[in-house]
Amino acid sequence: MPLVSLKINGLKHKIELEPNVTLLDALRERLGLTGTKKGCDFGQCGACTVLIDGRRVLACLTLAMMHKEAEITTIEGVAVAGRLHSLQTAFIEHDAFQCGFCTPGQIMSALGVVQEGHAKTDDEIREAMSGNICRCGAYTNILAAVREEVTRASV
Amino acid sequence: MTATVTRESIVGTPVDRVDGGLKVTGQAQYAADTPVEHAAFAVLVSSTIARGRILAIETEAAVAIPGVLKIFTHENAPRFKQPDPDWMNALVPSQTFMPLQSPEIIHYGQQVAVVVAETFETARAAAALVEVAYEVKPPLLLLHDPAAPRFQPDVFFGEPMQDARGDVDAALADAGGRIDATYTTPIESHNAMEPHATIAQWNGHRLIVHEPSQWMIGTRNYLAKVFDLAPEDVHVISPFVGGGFGAKGFSLPHSVFAAMAARAIGRPVKLMLSRAQVFTTTGHRAQTEQHLRIGASDDGQLTAIDHASTISSSYAGWFIEPPGLTTMFLYACPNVRIRHEAATLNLPAPCPMRAPGEAPGMFALESALDELAAQLEIDPIDLRIRNDAQTDPKTKLPFSSRHLVECLEAGADWFKWDRRPKKPRQMRDGDELVGWGVATATYAGLRGPASARVRKEDDRYIVEVATHDLGTGMYTIMTQVAAEALGVPISQVECRIGDSRFPPAPVAGGSQSTASVMPAVQAACLKLRESGGEMAEADAAPGDEQGRYSFQSFGAQFAEVRVDEAIGRVRVSRFLGVFDCGKILNPKTARSQMLGGIVFGIGQALFEEAVVDPRTGRLLTDSMAEYRVPVNADVGELEILFVEEPDYVLNPLGARGVGEIGITGVAAAIANAIYHAIGKRLRDLPITPEKLL
Amino acid sequence: MQAFELLTARKTDDALALIAQYEGAAFIAGGTTVVDLMKCGVTLPPVLIDINGLPFGEIDANEERIRIGALVRNSDVAYDRNVVHRLPMLSKAFLSGASGQLRNMATVGGNLLQRTRCPYFRDPASRCNKREPGTGCDAFEGIHRGHAILGTSNHCIATHPSDAAVALIALDAVVELAAPGGTRRVPIEEFYIVPGATPSIENVLLKGELITAVEIPLGAAQRNATYLKVRDRASYEFALVAVAAGLEFDGGTITQARLALGGVGAIPWRVRGAEQVLAGKKAGPQAFKEAAEAALEGAIPRRDNAFKVELAKRAVVRALETVVRER
Repeated sequence: MPLVSLKINGLKHKIELEPNVTLLDALRERLGLTGTKKGCDFGQCGACTVLIDGRRVLACLTLAMMHKEAEITTIEGVAVAGRLHSLQTAFIEHDAFQCGFCTPGQIMSALGVVQEGHAKTDDEIREAMSGNICRCGAYTNILAAVREEVTRASV
Repeated sequence: MTATVTRESIVGTPVDRVDGGLKVTGQAQYAADTPVEHAAFAVLVSSTIARGRILAIETEAAVAIPGVLKIFTHENAPRFKQPDPDWMNALVPSQTFMPLQSPEIIHYGQQVAVVVAETFETARAAAALVEVAYEVKPPLLLLHDPAAPRFQPDVFFGEPMQDARGDVDAALADAGGRIDATYTTPIESHNAMEPHATIAQWNGHRLIVHEPSQWMIGTRNYLAKVFDLAPEDVHVISPFVGGGFGAKGFSLPHSVFAAMAARAIGRPVKLMLSRAQVFTTTGHRAQTEQHLRIGASDDGQLTAIDHASTISSSYAGWFIEPPGLTTMFLYACPNVRIRHEAATLNLPAPCPMRAPGEAPGMFALESALDELAAQLEIDPIDLRIRNDAQTDPKTKLPFSSRHLVECLEAGADWFKWDRRPKKPRQMRDGDELVGWGVATATYAGLRGPASARVRKEDDRYIVEVATHDLGTGMYTIMTQVAAEALGVPISQVECRIGDSRFPPAPVAGGSQSTASVMPAVQAACLKLRESGGEMAEADAAPGDEQGRYSFQSFGAQFAEVRVDEAIGRVRVSRFLGVFDCGKILNPKTARSQMLGGIVFGIGQALFEEAVVDPRTGRLLTDSMAEYRVPVNADVGELEILFVEEPDYVLNPLGARGVGEIGITGVAAAIANAIYHAIGKRLRDLPITPEKLL
Repeated sequence: MQAFELLTARKTDDALALIAQYEGAAFIAGGTTVVDLMKCGVTLPPVLIDINGLPFGEIDANEERIRIGALVRNSDVAYDRNVVHRLPMLSKAFLSGASGQLRNMATVGGNLLQRTRCPYFRDPASRCNKREPGTGCDAFEGIHRGHAILGTSNHCIATHPSDAAVALIALDAVVELAAPGGTRRVPIEEFYIVPGATPSIENVLLKGELITAVEIPLGAAQRNATYLKVRDRASYEFALVAVAAGLEFDGGTITQARLALGGVGAIPWRVRGAEQVLAGKKAGPQAFKEAAEAALEGAIPRRDNAFKVELAKRAVVRALETVVRER
């Protein structure tokens, strides 16, 4: 089996991959990057959100081999040299999580929301983040954390 | 003592979660994240009928796929005996039967094969090729199917499910204001974000299991019993749990199958349930139909409550949802009767789900009270205050602490309840009619025995308890309690939980972890501090106060809804929960629990319904698209207030649990608010658009 | 997902050649439908052809039309300035669908071709005439709350789930197709095929044909327009009922209307009869109610989805009111 090269968080990885391996399973099972979570595996919960070329997408519904040229960013690539991103700090301060399982997806999605630049008001942020389900119900605090980051980014 | 003594109180302050850094960076390790060398992958195959038997099961095509290691079916799986629930010995399986032991099928989605392969993709592809031929029998699926065996359950954890005081029938015949209504709640699914998964590995005769658990010791004992091992030889590890809500408490058969596969192939096995399998095989909240009759005097004194519930049960399980229990003690009322009848159906085994009993029961009771208030033209808050009871009407014991009235009054004040028009349909805003509703919240203040150990390592203190953090904040409050008892800053304390080898603690259920574990942690830390040694252990348990008081938490739920009648759209625009849960050890994490409970309740009220195909028994809502939990845009402005009166009778910290009370009364508050908005009473959950047209 | 081969096409001719060459092959673009259905076991193509490199990723607008390449992502269409200003119902329709992440992945071409969400279609153990012709339909006697009331047959009552297609059909879009023999243009109103006796045939796409673009002619009743989606929860859910509505006014009188329904049709459902009811009428409750009645003509309600008839009528009225309000 030929080795496939994937660029993740700035690093090139060469791994064996079959075509039917989703990006999510490639990250988790082939690369040991388990920060990205499998909540449903059918694109219905948002827990597997990653950035591909800066855009937020669902890793469970795309094939790893289709992204050999792409810059993939996962939750492991957000903090830099141990320093938390302002959004991660905001999540902690606002207690924007409980069990934490949806949290990597929420953060990646929020980074995407900020980059997209369309959501400004609370209602717009709520709608923009609605593709990330949180069964613990941390939405109120997620909104607060993302609002803070949106405000910071627009300054 | 070389540690720095601090006078600042740490308990009771809104400390950031100590595991927050791990969670926001993706480093928190959930079961399926655990790195395991040389693991094989296992995938389950599920039945596609609800009742009947397997006539033939073909695995040839599946086994032929390169990389498939072994396929287990009822034909070749080892024989296991499913233990009975044994609370005394901390061993409680969710099901009454072990799958893969016979060709008999008793519910849709029953496990019929386990496929083990080198990769997840291979296992999944092979599982799809397993062919099963069934003899199909017509399944029993409907609550009122005359063929379904019915029974009256005895007790729910010691509480009688058929109970009465006074003479309800006579009182109802006498009474002024009367309510006679039936309320229904559907099957509900826990749907925690983390799907169940088990990584099992053997080390000689020792079994090590990584799985998300609300009761590691329970699963340790269960696996030990099933595999005929000493409990010390089973090690269950669960440092992070991606939500439980009751679905990760009782022991499940897939844990057995992971261990079975690992033993057979001599390698660790990683078994992950698909989301669909989580819906079908990890439990659910049973369906209920509740008939409430209420009698009261003209000025709102309750004279009679008759609460009769019909609940769905299962051939596969034993747990019965008890909606009527709360009615026996919540309000002062001399004549009360509760009855429960269960119908045995070809459904998977039900299990506890956040506030079992209260969640459906309070919807009915608190809706009925609202109907009574409307009928008598009494304010719904006044009605509840008039019937408050400081002595438990069921046990005749005083409540250790009951501040329901304060909660209602504080909430009314915050919500500006005095501006609420008495009649429905009085508040309009554009296309929307606005309504305000209120309901009582309540949950038991349980406490069980627990032990803790603390060790000093250089200038750090390591605290160990076999307890669980499902997002409940246990890591954090434990650290706070330990730090304060040790007289050191939080930075010097590390709490380790999630390991069955640590000193024992109860199941993370019944909202009892805080009340049970904190006293043990505090005692061990105080002991170490006083002794000046390197290690201390302590046990803590409730005492005879249990026989002298009733322990219960209370709250008041206030909902504002906006109903766009024309297109059947409901929004919960504002919601306030006011809670009396004793001392709040961490206002930040406790607030999050309450917010989460309210969101859970919004789902219960407006969206959630597990739908079973009436002919095949298939669960149609076996995906997160079909089973609708609230999304971010469903949640308006939520606020939480605490009426903080420490309950030192329950334990030295004065703290009761907060995990489940948040959901209780939410659905009623919303339904009551909808009635206030549009003048239509909805008694069947979920309240979906077609019910509003 | 079974094993399969993944090929990449860099040019249209290659893509067309590959799909003809491999029996059972399928194109993959955004992947949100293909990967989903492969995991369900509903489709099992032995070969997938990655067409993301093909040159269909542009939106091109002039005075006459807006032309959207088939590979443009849903979110890019939704936020395109020309689409937002001149085809607001299309922007709103795209934004109401799925989630932000899915909108970033899904393409316009894929959106048109998405399959029904019917839980019996998605379950290989259920009987489904659409998935396996002639096997029957478990939805009729099962639960069909989300199923269609318009365009159905005795063989299939599945709903077409796309939001964008509803707006596109209201806007008279034209679908461009490429085949080895050349290209053709099909008005979207002729693109979809009602189930009839052959529910597995959903559109006029021939074997080996590829959607290359969607073109919307600019014209009346497009600027004053909206897309109303009614569903159980506020977001991330398919429609119970949806309405794409556009009006052209002369003072208080409607000169032209565009109206299409979603969530209720076996295919995206343009209701020209209702549009004719509105033309020449004074914009107001009377006209809107008449239009609503006309829009649901021919609806066949069933036990679980009967509410959709009333709900759809009310949604039509509300959508038209909204267009007037936001004028």
